Amino acid sequence: MAYDYKRFAYEPPAGLTGPEPRHKVVIVGAGPVGLAMALDLSTHGVASVVLDDNDRVSIGSRAICWSKRSLEILDRLGVGDRCVEKGVTWQVGRTFHGDREVFSFDLLPEGGEKMPAFVNLQQYYLEEYLVDRAQAAPLVDLRFLNRVASVTDRDGFIDLGIETPDGAYGLQAEYLIACDGANSPVRHMLGLEFEGELFEERFLIADIEMKADFPSERWFWFEPSFHDGQSALLHKQPDSIYRIDLQLGWEADPEAEKKPERVIPRIERVVGHSDFRLDWVSVYAFQCRRLRNFLHDRVIFAGDSAHVVSPFGARGGNGGLQDVDALGWRLAAVLDGRAPREFLVGYDRERVQGADENILNSTRTTRFMTPAVGVERIYRDQVLKLAAKAPFARTWVNSGRLSRPCRYDRAGPDDPALPPISGPGSVAPDAPTGTGWLLNALGGRVSLLALGLEIGEISGADLVAPPVTPEIRSRYLGSCETALYLIRPDQVIAGRWAGHDPDALTRAIADLWEGRI
Amino acid sequence: MTLNLAPNLADHDGFYEALLARQKGMGEGEALAFNARLVMILANHIGDVEVLTEALELAARD
Repeated sequence: MAYDYKRFAYEPPAGLTGPEPRHKVVIVGAGPVGLAMALDLSTHGVASVVLDDNDRVSIGSRAICWSKRSLEILDRLGVGDRCVEKGVTWQVGRTFHGDREVFSFDLLPEGGEKMPAFVNLQQYYLEEYLVDRAQAAPLVDLRFLNRVASVTDRDGFIDLGIETPDGAYGLQAEYLIACDGANSPVRHMLGLEFEGELFEERFLIADIEMKADFPSERWFWFEPSFHDGQSALLHKQPDSIYRIDLQLGWEADPEAEKKPERVIPRIERVVGHSDFRLDWVSVYAFQCRRLRNFLHDRVIFAGDSAHVVSPFGARGGNGGLQDVDALGWRLAAVLDGRAPREFLVGYDRERVQGADENILNSTRTTRFMTPAVGVERIYRDQVLKLAAKAPFARTWVNSGRLSRPCRYDRAGPDDPALPPISGPGSVAPDAPTGTGWLLNALGGRVSLLALGLEIGEISGADLVAPPVTPEIRSRYLGSCETALYLIRPDQVIAGRWAGHDPDALTRAIADLWEGRI
Repeated sequence: MTLNLAPNLADHDGFYEALLARQKGMGEGEALAFNARLVMILANHIGDVEVLTEALELAARD
């Protein structure tokens, strides 16, 4: 069934009739990143205004593939359960060369984690859930049909010119977060440009609705007979909607290719019949680019406005939510006066690392899918041939390296006797606590996870001391009997020790708030 | 020793990228010569005739 795109109510903003007090944070863009940003800030007690030039959720499924880490973040923001309930949970991927299956992979859940490896859910559903949540959040002021027309960086604040159906008004903000997408108007207004690679290859993306017994798996074809030797992807979404991606080659004319009379015969060849409804079509070129810096004085870029990648690793939307994770607690600390403005540099450092990792992986995938004539093409084709015969060659078959949370380089004290999976810089792995889940227990504060240790109250960190379940033992203790983990509000491990050294802990907490870890 | 067909590289994507980067811009003959040298270097490093014979057989199977 087709999604019912409802219009959200527009209300004339207060600024039309008189100046509004200066806001702490204004967020531009009510997509998944902007909405999640506002909700994350509200969990830290920071109020924000969210401006969107539209009054509907995004048209078409767009970002569909949400990773475990994204679901954990969304869970903290109160919409994780809805996403999992509505979404299609999947873990098996099949790769074909021609019409023959070369191999399959299974993202076998280790068990003992609240969230699955991946859920497919159309972006419009995620936005709907986040809007519901944001409209119920007292600290989020969501304004539809409010288009940002100008951005001026004054001494100590940002001046915004905004247009509404009732005319123009002005707003002032201490910080402006641009979550306004790949074509970010704010980025253009600031005269900033992306750097990196733009691939000429064009892809057709189509959502179709069909009744089919197709499994909840990711199917990827290199050179299928039904699509003229190019590549193709089929992936299931809720409501009997299927995502189909078809490589078109670099000569394709985007406007012509979007026409139903061109799209429908292509899809018929993929699914083998014409009993489907075309829901949404788009044609895109691959880009793997980013801004050099995500932090520009009081203007901060997050999500696609800061970096764009080709879509086959699910690294766009998921990367954007990790930006939110890295920014919310830091900006809240700066606005509280807990940390100096320079504290935000940590956001830039970590998310540039994350974006580069995503860009590197996406670029490699793109090259494998669209090899240059000559050596690149020969190697690609022979990898595919060998993959059917030799397991090692399968590791080179690249139809997308799926999003994983970044492990940040700069991290605090470590004890190598503790398990590698929970090393400093990594997101804390989830585990059952007997009564619930560890990540829910950590919430969004600085936490001190004490295992097998009796320690008193520590200033600057909430003590979390769950029973040592088998999963907590294997993920946090390994062969050690005791451990202490200092965990940031974004659930990234800042430092860890196999015992309790009060001086080292005090130093690490200071390092954390001074932006060193 | 038999030919190891299981994945055996820590950073397989990184190696694949480096392998192709080395040959970027080469003409066909040049690339063929590069790959010939590479095979001989690796064969010498492996140094096990049985393994190499098995590898030759696998590569010959189209």
